[in-house]
Amino acid sequence: MSTLLIFLQKTITQGIVLLYGANGEIITEKSGNLNLGVPGMMYMGGVAGLAGAFLYENSTANPIPWVGVLIAILAALLCSAFGGLIYSFLTITLRANQNVTGLALTTFGVGFGNFFGGSLSKLAGGVGQISTAATSGGFRTTIPFLRDIPVVGDLFFSYGFLTYFALIITLLLSWFLFKTRLGLNLRAVGENAATADAAGINVTRYKYLATCIGGAICGLGGLYFVMDYSSGTWMNDSFGDRGWLAIALVIFARWRPTQAIWGSFLFGGLYILYLYIPGLTRDMQEVFKALPYFVTIFVLIMTSLRKRREDQPPASLGLAYFREDRN
Amino acid sequence: MEKQPMIEMRGVTKRFGKVVANENVDLSVYPGEILSVLGENGSGKTTLMNMLSGIYFPDEGRIFINGKEVVIRSPKDAFVLGIGMIHQHFKLVDVLTAAENIILGLPGALTLDMKKVTADILALTKRYGFDIDLNRKIYEMSVSQKQTVEIVKMLYRGANILILDEPTAVLTPQETDKLFSVLRNMRDSGKSILIITHKLHEVLSLSDRVSVLRKGKYIGTVQTAEATEMSLTEMMVGKKVTLDIERPEPIGSEVRMEVKGVSCVNREGREVLHQVSFTAKSGEILGIAGIAGSGQKQLLEAIAGLQPVTAGSIIYFDEQNQQRELTKCSTAEIRMMGVRLSFVPEDRLGMGLVGAMGSTGNMMLRTYRSGSSVFTDRKTPRSMAEKIIKELEVVTPSVEAPVGRMSGGNVQKVLVGREIASSPRVLMVAYPVRGLDINSSYTIYHLLNEQKKSGASVLCVGEDLDVLLALCDRILVLSAGCVTGIVDGRTATKEEVGLLMTQGDRAHAKEETK
Repeated sequence: MSTLLIFLQKTITQGIVLLYGANGEIITEKSGNLNLGVPGMMYMGGVAGLAGAFLYENSTANPIPWVGVLIAILAALLCSAFGGLIYSFLTITLRANQNVTGLALTTFGVGFGNFFGGSLSKLAGGVGQISTAATSGGFRTTIPFLRDIPVVGDLFFSYGFLTYFALIITLLLSWFLFKTRLGLNLRAVGENAATADAAGINVTRYKYLATCIGGAICGLGGLYFVMDYSSGTWMNDSFGDRGWLAIALVIFARWRPTQAIWGSFLFGGLYILYLYIPGLTRDMQEVFKALPYFVTIFVLIMTSLRKRREDQPPASLGLAYFREDRN
Repeated sequence: MEKQPMIEMRGVTKRFGKVVANENVDLSVYPGEILSVLGENGSGKTTLMNMLSGIYFPDEGRIFINGKEVVIRSPKDAFVLGIGMIHQHFKLVDVLTAAENIILGLPGALTLDMKKVTADILALTKRYGFDIDLNRKIYEMSVSQKQTVEIVKMLYRGANILILDEPTAVLTPQETDKLFSVLRNMRDSGKSILIITHKLHEVLSLSDRVSVLRKGKYIGTVQTAEATEMSLTEMMVGKKVTLDIERPEPIGSEVRMEVKGVSCVNREGREVLHQVSFTAKSGEILGIAGIAGSGQKQLLEAIAGLQPVTAGSIIYFDEQNQQRELTKCSTAEIRMMGVRLSFVPEDRLGMGLVGAMGSTGNMMLRTYRSGSSVFTDRKTPRSMAEKIIKELEVVTPSVEAPVGRMSGGNVQKVLVGREIASSPRVLMVAYPVRGLDINSSYTIYHLLNEQKKSGASVLCVGEDLDVLLALCDRILVLSAGCVTGIVDGRTATKEEVGLLMTQGDRAHAKEETK
């Protein structure tokens, strides 16, 4: 396979983690909650999925891949949605500051992931010793026949099902936000909660649900990273900047899920570009790694200059809503 | 046979902390009638209505709809009961279209069919004679268009009871007429309409009955046909007030400020002030009249150094009668020059005061530079705030209570109090009594006259011609950014000024043909 093909493959692999994170954050932000806990929720989802698969495989002599996959997915969804629930309770019910809560959730989630990931490693006998071969294999199963087509198979059909599921979720989310009543209501909540409230929309319920579902989608990103990308093992702090990149991607995509698809591939490509450019010194590598952030800053500047209302963040992003507030 | 009221409120009480907003209020509205809820600012009209629309929950009292006792816990409950409220600050989502706003939160099929929705709404708007573009985004609309969207939104939701909170405060006279005719249409089709206002002539021309609130208490309800401006005012303020505004003779009359041929351009490049010239004299009140948006705001801001001037000059005469050029100066530079110029802007909580800070903090906005140590001096502003609160009878729990929580009149007293405390030689006020009740308004007129008597030159932008004609020595009329005339406040008539207010475009045209 040519280097270019490998680069494109890796680009897509990198992009999928970001795409999950960005989708989760888009639905969250559309409800007016700026959840900076994305990295934390990814760790929570990843480690919970891994733990589920690990415990299942250790409890039975002949683990069945699809059972392991189901357990892992369920565990990841529940655990990362729980992260979203913590955030929701603090910011919606107790009206805590959203930025502080989000950052705290990231700190908590990363620690949670490293603690349980480390514990699992210890149970398995050492760092990198966790083996969930059957489940991970299940996650990495590719579509038969299609995979074998030259070039096209490598480029489009060499991935596990979570890759395609990310695209499906993106399209579903886009349809939900812009073509359904519930989506319209959710956008109204994020734009102007008082208006939504006066229109008879249950603001609290929408915010809770959007944030928890958003958390669960972020958790799928973590699950993909652990079970597919890392082949079902754990390394502490291995997620790197991916959580933050996902949040940057939301801005880049201007809160549109479909824009996040190509954005995620762009970011994924830029994120690993330094590995494919020969002769880069260590310091230049760091500059290359920062490219996605430069792109995001550029997009921020452009959208601020153009001032199109449709490209701006949800108007009440970051603000708590309290009906009897007098101002 | 007595008709059954559509809404009946009995003994409703609502408190915010220590403040009692409504105390034991009774109110009833019948089908097919327009009821005005009249009261001074801070008399609890909006709070009372918010309890019907589910924004606030009453602490005590009962609410009946069509004779049945109901509990309204949320706006959703209110909708179910057919109550729709149009707030002073519109409850619309800016980035959505009119149609999307109208169907917001309504039940229906999961997927949205905007074409069908739009057709449904159009059928409704035709029936009442509304004129709106449903596919337009809210942020592209004018205030009156937004209000139309709000009303259609309520009707589309099947509201039988429509509550409007000071709907005409933001409308031009023509738009007001249009609104009133739509409201009358709605009344004739059997709906109940509650309108909150403090404009007496609107009460008299529109409503069938009037309920009056004073300081959160229910005073009484009268048939509009049997009421007069005088009798309603009495109910509202509790004591007889003379509607005459005092106007002392101007003193001194030396030139304080000379504005020569000033022009301004707005952000879109349109000229908003065109060759404006006038002189402001000491010891007089110069009124500035005009239809809203004729350049009043820009004129005051240009003088205050907030608006860049493209042509002309602004000259101030200081204590030694020396000329000082203010044309290109920023606000800070003007102050550094020792020019005693005070400005009470139209947007009190946006430009004038910081809502989240207490009275002391707001006094400091003027004085934070004074003093020599690195620490700010809070004592002087605090005593100044206390003095203003005492002398101007500002109602507030304490000097440190956020001014944003005060009622409009009290906010204005704090702002005007602060601005006149520096004993200005030129005082500019924009819409000083907008949103204020009669008592507060008179306090403000009195304060302006005090300044005039002490020799200040007062510039007062106003909207109520009766007030301007009673208060001002001279009235400058702006129309489409041009000065169309400066008349004597003692001899001019309302018709004369009204005519000048519409002649700006003609003045423009004349100049272009020259």
